[in-house]
Amino acid sequence: MTAYALTDSWTMTRRELARWGRQPVQLAVNLVFPVMLLLMFGYLVGGGRGVSGAYRDYLVPGMLALTMAFGLEGTMIAVTRDLDKGVIDRFRSMPMANGAVLVGRSAADMLQSVLTLAVLIGVGAALGWRAHGGPAAFLGAVGLLLLLRFAMLWIGIHLALVAGKPEMVQAVQILVWPIGFLSNALATPDSMPGWLGTVVEWNPMSHTATAVRHLFGVPGAESGHVAPAVLWPLALLAVFFPLAVRRFGRLSR
Amino acid sequence: MADAAITVEGAEKRYGDKKALDGLDLRVARGTVHGVLGPNGAGKTTLVRVLSTLLRPDGGRIEVAGHDVVREAYAVRLRIGLLGQHAALDEELGGRQNLELFGRLHHLGAKRARARAGELLERFGLSDTGRKAVRQYSGGMRRRLDLAASLITEPEVLFLDEPTTGLDPRGRAEVWDSVRSLVGGGTTVLLTTQYLEEADQLADRISVVDAGRVIAEGTADELKAETGGDRIDVVLRDAGQLGAAVALLPLTGVTADVDRRLLSAPVTDRMEALSGVVRALQEAGIEAEDVALRRPTLDEVFLHLTGDDRSVKETA
Repeated sequence: MTAYALTDSWTMTRRELARWGRQPVQLAVNLVFPVMLLLMFGYLVGGGRGVSGAYRDYLVPGMLALTMAFGLEGTMIAVTRDLDKGVIDRFRSMPMANGAVLVGRSAADMLQSVLTLAVLIGVGAALGWRAHGGPAAFLGAVGLLLLLRFAMLWIGIHLALVAGKPEMVQAVQILVWPIGFLSNALATPDSMPGWLGTVVEWNPMSHTATAVRHLFGVPGAESGHVAPAVLWPLALLAVFFPLAVRRFGRLSR
Repeated sequence: MADAAITVEGAEKRYGDKKALDGLDLRVARGTVHGVLGPNGAGKTTLVRVLSTLLRPDGGRIEVAGHDVVREAYAVRLRIGLLGQHAALDEELGGRQNLELFGRLHHLGAKRARARAGELLERFGLSDTGRKAVRQYSGGMRRRLDLAASLITEPEVLFLDEPTTGLDPRGRAEVWDSVRSLVGGGTTVLLTTQYLEEADQLADRISVVDAGRVIAEGTADELKAETGGDRIDVVLRDAGQLGAAVALLPLTGVTADVDRRLLSAPVTDRMEALSGVVRALQEAGIEAEDVALRRPTLDEVFLHLTGDDRSVKETA
């Protein structure tokens, strides 16, 4: 049955792509929403407390990291929806590689994240934002962002399997937003009360945002965050990947 | 027992201290339709989930199509189809897309998956659904597509878990027709239902399940016979005379239904009971609209077996 692992994973990925084809509006909304956030924080709310230099340079990488972190919700919604509809039961009762359900989910979500990053970076560029670090650093930054998304993806799968029902997603959404904003995505920790600043510096998302700023050559971005931006998501994956896989296996309990 | 498509011996499944399956035994012969009948919470769905490898049993020997559901789950999955209680489809995709997806996951290959999807859409009268998303299907259409999806590989054993629950009479008739057309193709069908009529209509043999175990098994006729054979029904013109009629008729164990002006009682000798009732009514001048002998319904059998006679109103 492992002989089919690749074929089945590809079939499951194609299923998600077919859903995009059925719901282009939904896909467009998913892609446009982060752009709206970028415009809102860049122009309406404005500010950028504690940021020296151009806020836009600071904000675009922060927004990229924030969007990757919020991807957790999308993953969770998709997995709970499948559980709720019983279609996962059909997959599990078929002679297919069982892991393909999760692999297909990850592949499709990662593809969507690549699209999202492309759109956001494109809009950022249209607003006059530029990456200054060179192509290798640019790719490195994108890699770090996708690594963060990948970690969030498996946290999302695990939470969805724990929650089981779509109604539970809301509870997680309420938590995801403050955790997302409790980072240096939009403002520097120096501008916050002491204890809050410490929390923000510990937030794995902050490391990714800072490392990406550094690689994009944003003036004043600290170096030395690339290693934690690699290690944090890997650590999260080391915890949540096995948990999610185990939880998936436990559907038969 | 080479001719058994399903063998269950002493199946156990616990959730906390609740026993969903409590030593359940079942044997289904190849090529037959077997009904599993029981109230909500009797363990029907748990049984289907165990048989279809979705749920791991805590104990017992359970074989489907000659393979153990735990140790040889993959071999079982190659040979079964499952129609669960909830439509197991991708609601956003169309009918054809769904069937092709499941065909590919059955490793038919792209070409055969496409051909098979076409055949099944044709067979279940869904060819004209075009690109419509399953979300927009009627209940009956969705159920038929779901059934088509469980038949992609012409499974040896097909599980139908309450296939018509939530459907209107038309949707129910559609599903029944589809199930009937399957039988004869050699497929073994295990069907769970709360509807006695459904088991009566579709099943060769019936297992009555309550609290995780089988409390009776047989053909519909055998089960009916077990409840005490024939009954006589008397419908009076005037509900006010029900009491008088009960006192007068040469019958025991009479039940009365005031709304339907109906008296019902078990009989041992059919002809003697019939002539006795007609004569007694005539002599007393009580007008009857109808007097009829009949077999007990499965409803009566079911209530008798589960010891739940609350819905039968006894009158003195």
